[in-house]
Amino acid sequence: MTSTQSRLADRRHARLMVLRVLVLALLMTLVGRLWYLQVRTGQTFRDAAAANDVRTVVTTAVRGDVLDDLGRPLIDNSSALTLSVDRGTLLAGKDHGAATLARLASILKTTPQALSDKIRICSPKVPKPCWNGSPLQPIPIARDVSVQQALMVAEQHDLFPGVTAGPDTIRRFPAPYSLNAAHILGYLSPAVEAELSAAAAKGEVMQRSDLVGRSGLEETYDSYLRGKPGVTQVSVDIVGHAQSTLANTPPVNGDHLVTAIDARIQAVAERELNNAVLRARSQTSPTNGKPYVADSAAVVVLEARTGRVVAMASDPTYDPNVWTGGISSGDYAALTGASAGTPLLSRAFQGEFAPGSTFKVVTTAAMLEHGYGTGTYDCSPSFSYGGQSFTNFEGEAFGPISLKRAIEMSCDTVFYRVGFDMWQHDGGIKPVAHPAEPIAAMAHAFGLGAKTGIDLPGEAPGDILDRAEKQSTWNKMHGIWCKRGKDGYPELQGSDPARAAYLKQLAKENCADGFQYKPGDAVISAIGQGGDLVSPLQLARVYAAIANGGTLYQPQIGRAIVGPDGKVVKDLAPIVTRRLPVSGSTLAFLNDAFHGTAIEGTAAPAFAGWPQDVIPAFAKTGTAEVYGKQTTSCFVGYAGTGTGPRYVVAMMVSQGGTGVGTSGPSVEKILEALFGVDMGHPDPNGTLPKALPAIRPDGLLPALPPATTLPTPPPPSPKPAP
Amino acid sequence: MTLNPATHPAVNKGPAPLPGAEARRRAGLLRRFDWILPGAAVALSVYGALLVWSATRGRTSLTGGDPQFFLKRHLLNLAIGLLLMAATSVLSYGWVRACAPVFYVLSLLGLLAVLTPLGTTINGAHSWIVLGGGFSIQPAEYAKFAVVLGLAVVLTLQPATAGLSDQAADAVTPRRILAAGVVAGVPIGIIVLLPDLGSAMVILAATAGLLVFAGTSVRWLVLLAAGAAGAAVAAPHLHLLAQHQVNRFAAFADPHLDPQGVGYNTAQARLAIGSGGILGKGLFNGTQTNGRYVPEQQTDFVFTVAGEELGFVGSVTLIALFAVLLLRGITIARNCDDLFGMLVCSGVVSWFAFETFENIGMTLGIMPVAGIPLPFVSYGGSSMFASFIAIGLMENVRLRSTRPAVGVG
Repeated sequence: MTSTQSRLADRRHARLMVLRVLVLALLMTLVGRLWYLQVRTGQTFRDAAAANDVRTVVTTAVRGDVLDDLGRPLIDNSSALTLSVDRGTLLAGKDHGAATLARLASILKTTPQALSDKIRICSPKVPKPCWNGSPLQPIPIARDVSVQQALMVAEQHDLFPGVTAGPDTIRRFPAPYSLNAAHILGYLSPAVEAELSAAAAKGEVMQRSDLVGRSGLEETYDSYLRGKPGVTQVSVDIVGHAQSTLANTPPVNGDHLVTAIDARIQAVAERELNNAVLRARSQTSPTNGKPYVADSAAVVVLEARTGRVVAMASDPTYDPNVWTGGISSGDYAALTGASAGTPLLSRAFQGEFAPGSTFKVVTTAAMLEHGYGTGTYDCSPSFSYGGQSFTNFEGEAFGPISLKRAIEMSCDTVFYRVGFDMWQHDGGIKPVAHPAEPIAAMAHAFGLGAKTGIDLPGEAPGDILDRAEKQSTWNKMHGIWCKRGKDGYPELQGSDPARAAYLKQLAKENCADGFQYKPGDAVISAIGQGGDLVSPLQLARVYAAIANGGTLYQPQIGRAIVGPDGKVVKDLAPIVTRRLPVSGSTLAFLNDAFHGTAIEGTAAPAFAGWPQDVIPAFAKTGTAEVYGKQTTSCFVGYAGTGTGPRYVVAMMVSQGGTGVGTSGPSVEKILEALFGVDMGHPDPNGTLPKALPAIRPDGLLPALPPATTLPTPPPPSPKPAP
Repeated sequence: MTLNPATHPAVNKGPAPLPGAEARRRAGLLRRFDWILPGAAVALSVYGALLVWSATRGRTSLTGGDPQFFLKRHLLNLAIGLLLMAATSVLSYGWVRACAPVFYVLSLLGLLAVLTPLGTTINGAHSWIVLGGGFSIQPAEYAKFAVVLGLAVVLTLQPATAGLSDQAADAVTPRRILAAGVVAGVPIGIIVLLPDLGSAMVILAATAGLLVFAGTSVRWLVLLAAGAAGAAVAAPHLHLLAQHQVNRFAAFADPHLDPQGVGYNTAQARLAIGSGGILGKGLFNGTQTNGRYVPEQQTDFVFTVAGEELGFVGSVTLIALFAVLLLRGITIARNCDDLFGMLVCSGVVSWFAFETFENIGMTLGIMPVAGIPLPFVSYGGSSMFASFIAIGLMENVRLRSTRPAVGVG
C-alpha cells in the first residue's frame, strides 16, 4: 500500500468518523426539537389541536307545549318540510341568485322580492322582514312547503344552487274548536344579539338560529318552554365529519305550560265577541246616524276566586300562523297597520277604553267608604253647575231612588252629584293640602291606572285622571297647548273646521288653566268618562274582586309548569295583589245591586233566559260617550253561587253602541257556556275542570275527545209549567 | 464491461484467499451476516406499518373501505423488500458491479418514461408510472440506489489505459469527478424536470457523500459546492426552470409564500406532533390523525402519527432506530476492506441520513417541505424496495468484509 493510498484511506476513515458525529448530531437536533415541541410547548399545541378538531354540536331541545285546562294543546310542535337558502352559495351566482329566487318564487307562489327580503341581513337600516341570524347558517325561506315543492327543489339541484329542502321542527297551533287566541299565545323569532350575549353571560347555550318567545305566553314562559339544548363535543376531521364523541350533554326538553285557558270557552268567547261586533254594526248610532263602526273590541273571562284567565279575545285578530317561518313584509304591515285596525294589539289587555257606567262600582265603593248612605238619591234628568249641564243617558229620570236602584238603572245624575260633592269637599278649584279624592283613590285601590301584572308582556296601564295627574300633564303639555291655542289646527281647518275650532278652544282653555281639576272633571269621572281609561282586563279584575269578596288578584293565564315527564315543576298559585279597602257590607251591597241589575236593571234584557234560581247572575252595563266617536259598549257580567266558582266576563266594544244592546247578549252566552246553561244542564259548579290535566310520565297528553267544533246546544224546549 | 472480481484489484484488496478458503468463506457467510442492520430496518418497517395503519384506517377514500388495506400492503411491501434484500446481499461483487450499469440505465429509462404520457402526476409531482392493478412505480426511488451504485462503480473504475501508477488507482481524479458528475447529473436533471425536487436533493446528498467519503480533496469539494450553489442561484434567472418550479423553490425557503399549501402542511404537522406530549394520545387515538388534518400522512408526513399518538417517547424510539441503522451502516463502511463496498455503504448512509433528517425535520418545522419519504416507515413500494435493496447492498459489503464488525457503532 502506497503512502498516497494510506493517506487517502486515513482521510476516508476520518471523514466516516465525521459522518458518524454528523449523523448523531442531526438526530440529536431532531430529538431536541421534538422535546421543545412536545414537552416544552406541548400544552400550547394541545390547546390549538383541541380548537382545531373539536366542534360543539348543539341539539335543540323540543320546546314545551302550551296546554289548556284539560290538557288540549294550544301550541305544540310538528315537523314540516322547510326550504333553506345558503346565502353564500346563492349570492355567489353570476346574477347574485336572481334567477334562482325567481324560480323559487314561482314554485312558492310569491314574489322574488319577498324572498330576497327574507334573506337580507337585519340591521338598524334594514326593516323587517330580514334575517337576524348568522349569514353563514342556512336561512329558512319557506316552512311547511308541500312535498311537491320540496321535490322540485331537491331534484333540480342545478336550478336551485344553495337551496336545500329538509325537515324542520315548527311551532304549530292546533286550534281546538278553531280558536284563535293569537294575542294570548304569542310567537317566536330567532334570538337577537342582546339575547345571545345575555345567554352567554349566564353560561347558557344559545344559537342564532334558536327561536325565542316574542310575545304572549311564548315570551313570558320562554325560559320554561325553551328547555336546555344538548351539547355534544365531537372531534371532527378536516372536512367537518364527526370522528368521535368527546362529551355529550343530552338536551333537556322544555316544560309544558298548563294554562287556565279553556279551549271551549275561548272559542265561545271569540265567537261571541265577533257576534257582538256584528250586532253593533247592524245597529245605527243615534249620535251620527251611521251604523256602529265597532272598530275594536275585546272580552276577558276571569275565574273570580283565583284571578285566572279562562278566556281572552280581541278583535280584530290575526292568524298566528303568519309568524311561523318568518313573517312576510305584507303580513307584518297588515298586523301593525292602523287601516287594518292594528290586529297585532290585544285590546283585552293592551287596549284602553272609557269604562262608562261600569266604573260606578268604584264610585259606589268610594261613596260607601266615605260616609255616603244607601238611602235615597235624586235621579233628575240633569245636573247643572256653573252654567254647565250634565244629563242622564238619553235624558232618563227616575226621581228619588235608592242607591241600589240608581246602580240598577245606571242613573248618572246621582253619581254626578256625588262626584261634585266630593270635589267640593276636597276644596274645589283650590284644593286642600291633601285632597281625599275618594273616587280616584278607590280606582287605584281597585287596580285601575296601573298594570294588573298579568303574565303577558306589553300590558297597558290605563289611566285614572286625578288632581296630581292634571297638574303634571299641564306641566308637560302647556307649551304645546298654548301654541295650539294661538295658532289653532290649520291642518284640520280644511277637512273638519268644526273639530279644528273645538280643539283650538280646548287648547286655549287647557293653556290657561289645564292644571286645574275642574268640577266638570269631577262630575264626569264619577261615571267613568272624561280622562279615565281602563282595559277590559282591568275591568274584569275589578268585578272579580267584588264577586270573590274583596280580594284583588293578579290575573294569571299560566296555571302550572309541568315537566316533559308529567311532573309538576311549578304550581302557579293565585297571586293576591291586595284586599280591597272596602267593608263586607259595601261588598254585599254591590253584589246585591249588580244582581238586581241583571234581574230588573239595565242588564236584565241580556239575562232574560238565565236560570237565576240555580245560578245567580250579576251585571253592570256601561255606554261611554267619547268625543267625536260613537259610544263605547261596556258590559260586565258574572255568575256563580256563594260557594261555587264565579266567572266574570267583561266585554268592551269601541264605537259599538250600548253596553246591554251590543255586549250584553254575548256576555250572557259566554256565561251560559261556563255553567253549561247553553247545553240545557245548568251546573252551579261550572263546566270547567278543577284539577290540573294529568300528563303521563312518558310525556303523552291526556286522551281527549276531538275538539273540532263547538258543541251545539239542544233545540229549545218549551218551559215546563210552574 | 465484464469484470472478474477475483482478479479485480479494487475488489481484491484483502489477503489472497488460501486454497480451500472459499468453502470456509461460504460457510461463514451466515455467521458473518449482520443482523443488526436489517433488524433495525425491519423494526422501522413494522413501526411504520402501525403508523401507516393508524393514518389510513379512517381514510375510506384511500382504503376503499378496508381499514387494514394499507397495513397489509405495507407488510407485503416489507416482505418483498426482505426478499430483494436477501437477493441483493448474496450477489457476488462481480454481479453487483455488472448489474450497476443495468440498474442505472433502467432507472434512467424509467425516469424518462415518467416524462412521457406514461407518467402520472400524484400530489403535484409527475413521478409515477401506473402499472395498473393498484401498482405503480416511482422510478426516482430506484434511481437513488442506481446512482449510488453507479457512482461507486465510476469512482472505483480503473481506467482502460494501462500503466497507471498505483497512486491513481483509487484517487479521486478530476476525470472521476467529471464522470461522477455525469452519472449523478443526468438523473438529477431528469428528476428536476419531473418535477421531484425532493428526490433530486436526496441523490445530490448521496452524490456529495460519495465524493466526500471517496476522499475527494477539500479544494475540489469547495469548488463543487460553490458550483452547485451558483447553479442553484442562477437557475431561476436563466429561465431554465418553469415559473411553478421557481415558486416551489421559493416556498421551500419561505412557507409563508404558500400558506394554503406548504405552510398549512407544516402548521398542521407541528400541531399534531406538539399535541402528542410525552407519551402521546395512544395509537389510533390521535385526534389530528383521525381528523385527517395532516396531508400525506401515510407517506411523507408519517412521522406526525408517531409524534401525536406515541408522543416524545415513541418519536425518540423511532429516531433511535434510525440511529442504530445509520451508525451500523457507517461501521460497515469503516470495516469494509475495499473502496467499492465502502463507497456503496457511505452513499447509502448519506442517502438515508439525508432523507431521515429532511423528512423528520420538515414535520418539525426546521427543514423546508420536500416530497421525501421516511425510509422504511413511509408507505410506498418503490421507496421500500429501493431501501431494502440498499440494505441488501450494505449487507453484501458486510458479508465480504474480513474485519469483524464490533458493536453497534
